Amino acid sequence: MNCKKVILQLTSYLDGVLDSNMRADLEQHLSRCTDCRLVVDTTRKTIQIFCNSEPVPLPEDVRKRLHTALLERFRRNAKTT
Amino acid sequence: MIPCLNSVFGRLCPPPGALGILSATEPKPLTSTVVRDDESKLVSAAKAGDISAFEELVNRYERKIFRLGMNITQNREDAEDVMQEAFLKSYTNLDRFQGDSRFYTWLVRIAVNEALMKLRKRRPNQVSLDEPLTDGEDPVFREIVDWGPSPEKKFAQTELNTILNGVISELDPIFRVAFLLRDVEGVSTEETAHILGISEAAVKSRLLRARLKLRQKLNKYFRRSETQ
Repeated sequence: MNCKKVILQLTSYLDGVLDSNMRADLEQHLSRCTDCRLVVDTTRKTIQIFCNSEPVPLPEDVRKRLHTALLERFRRNAKTT
Repeated sequence: MIPCLNSVFGRLCPPPGALGILSATEPKPLTSTVVRDDESKLVSAAKAGDISAFEELVNRYERKIFRLGMNITQNREDAEDVMQEAFLKSYTNLDRFQGDSRFYTWLVRIAVNEALMKLRKRRPNQVSLDEPLTDGEDPVFREIVDWGPSPEKKFAQTELNTILNGVISELDPIFRVAFLLRDVEGVSTEETAHILGISEAAVKSRLLRARLKLRQKLNKYFRRSETQ
């Protein structure tokens, strides 16, 4: 496997859906290619950092307006049924 | 204080057959009969008129939908509109929901469409769901640097959030949405394809490009310093 093919298979590899033969080929390439190893490592960290980032809080006033709007819709719906 | 839909609609919307039993002077909370940890049962109950079941779905997903709206539109007011429209439309069209996907997937699809409409209104000539023309650059091997073991620890949480928001806002919307759905919201490739109305291969292609572009944009913040 060459560097270009590693990149093409990167998403499947990181998502753990690459078949075992292909994964073995890819990992063999990684064991001898520093550039690809760094790309795989930093791409994996990119995903982890976003995945672990602090969730945006739902502000209380925003939540209140949502529930008020829903309340109004439920009321209107109740009147028409 | 947020109005409690459950208690309010316990009075306003009694279950079918109960009309006339409850009166405005005798408010009683509506007690849903469904098990709360099962989404499809909640949806069925909501379809049958159980408002508290729909409320449960709202409580379960409101934060995620707001976060998705924020991440796509990068604007709090737009994110609020996206969230409200997503829940209002899902409630209004609940009868049309056939259950061929998870309710959450359907809700996300509505929210993504609303968010993309917001973006199109803001930048009518810049937001397209078509593949953008390639810039001719190979984003992968242009810059290869080592980040070290825990690059995010170089920054305080607030600073890190600013960096992440900054780099993701620079992504083209079609890549941003694919990345947000798959890697932030944890939606499967199949569901993402369903939400975006594209093939799974196209999802994978967009996701690859999004991940590589984000990685490249983060290089300047996370590169290992000489002291590491």
